[in-house]
Amino acid sequence: MSGDLVFYGFALLTVLAGFFVVFSRNIVHAGFSLLFTLFGVAGLFALLGADFLAVTQVIVYIGGVLVLILFVVMMTRIPRGYLPRRGFDHMVPAGALAIVLFALLYKVVTGTGWAVREPGPAHPTISEIGARLMTTHIFPFEFVSLVLLVAMIGAAILIREREAPAGEEPAAGGGPAAPDEEVRS
Amino acid sequence: MTVGLEHYLTVGAILFSLGVFAVMTRRNTVALLMGVELILNSANINFVAFSRYVERGIEGHLMAAFVIALAAAEAAVGLAIVLAMFRNFGTVHVETVNRLKR
Repeated sequence: MSGDLVFYGFALLTVLAGFFVVFSRNIVHAGFSLLFTLFGVAGLFALLGADFLAVTQVIVYIGGVLVLILFVVMMTRIPRGYLPRRGFDHMVPAGALAIVLFALLYKVVTGTGWAVREPGPAHPTISEIGARLMTTHIFPFEFVSLVLLVAMIGAAILIREREAPAGEEPAAGGGPAAPDEEVRS
Repeated sequence: MTVGLEHYLTVGAILFSLGVFAVMTRRNTVALLMGVELILNSANINFVAFSRYVERGIEGHLMAAFVIALAAAEAAVGLAIVLAMFRNFGTVHVETVNRLKR
C-alpha cells in the first residue's frame, strides 16, 4: 500500500535526521538536521489527517524556531583560541538511560491493547479547530496568547544591553547604546 | 503489516529518547535546546496519533497546537537566555557556566 510507504519514508527521515541532530558534533549541521526532522514530523501530521497542524509545524518550527536557533548559533561564535571540549558528557550512563527509556516506552506501546477504532477518511480540520478555539477552548487560547506576550517581553528584556552598572566594565558600549539584537519570536 | 497507531507511537518514542539523550549529553546549550524541541515534537506526534486512532476527534489537534505555541515561546526565551549567557560568560557551553551572578 502506497500510504504505508509514505509513512515509512517520513518516519525514516524524521528518525535519521533526529540521530544527526543528537550525534553531530557540528552545531550548524545539527541545526540543519533539525530542519529535516521537523519537516518529517510535519509529513507525519499530514498523514494523520492533521492538515492545520502540518502547515503550522512548517510555519512555526521551520520558519520561526529554526531560524531563531540558527541566528543564535551565528551570534554566539566561540572566540578564536578558546577551544572548549565539544561533543558529549556522560555518554555511557545517558545512553543506557535513553535505551532503557525507549525499551520501556516500546513495551508499553506494543503491549497495551489500545481501543483503536478504524479511522475514517480524513476531513479538513481548520474550520472545526477555529470554532473550538473560540468556544470551548477559549481560556487556554487566551492563556497561550498571554504566555506568548510574556515570552516576547521577557526575551526582549533578557537580551537588552546592560547599562554599565556602577563602574564595572566602563567601556562597554558607552551608555545608551541601542540594542542591536533583533528580537524575533 | 499495515501502518497503525503503534507505528506512530514508536516514532514518537524514538524521538523522545533521542531528545532525552541530547539534553543529558550535549555541552552546547543551543544543541540542548534542540533536544527539547525533539521531545516536544514527539509529544505532538503522540497527541495527533491518538487523536486519529483512538479519540477520532479534534481534541488532540488542539492540544498539539497549544504545544507548538508554547514551544515557540520556550525557544524565544531559551535562546534569549543563551544570548545573555554568551554576553556574560563568553561561551555557550554548560560546564563553564557555574555562577549565578558575577
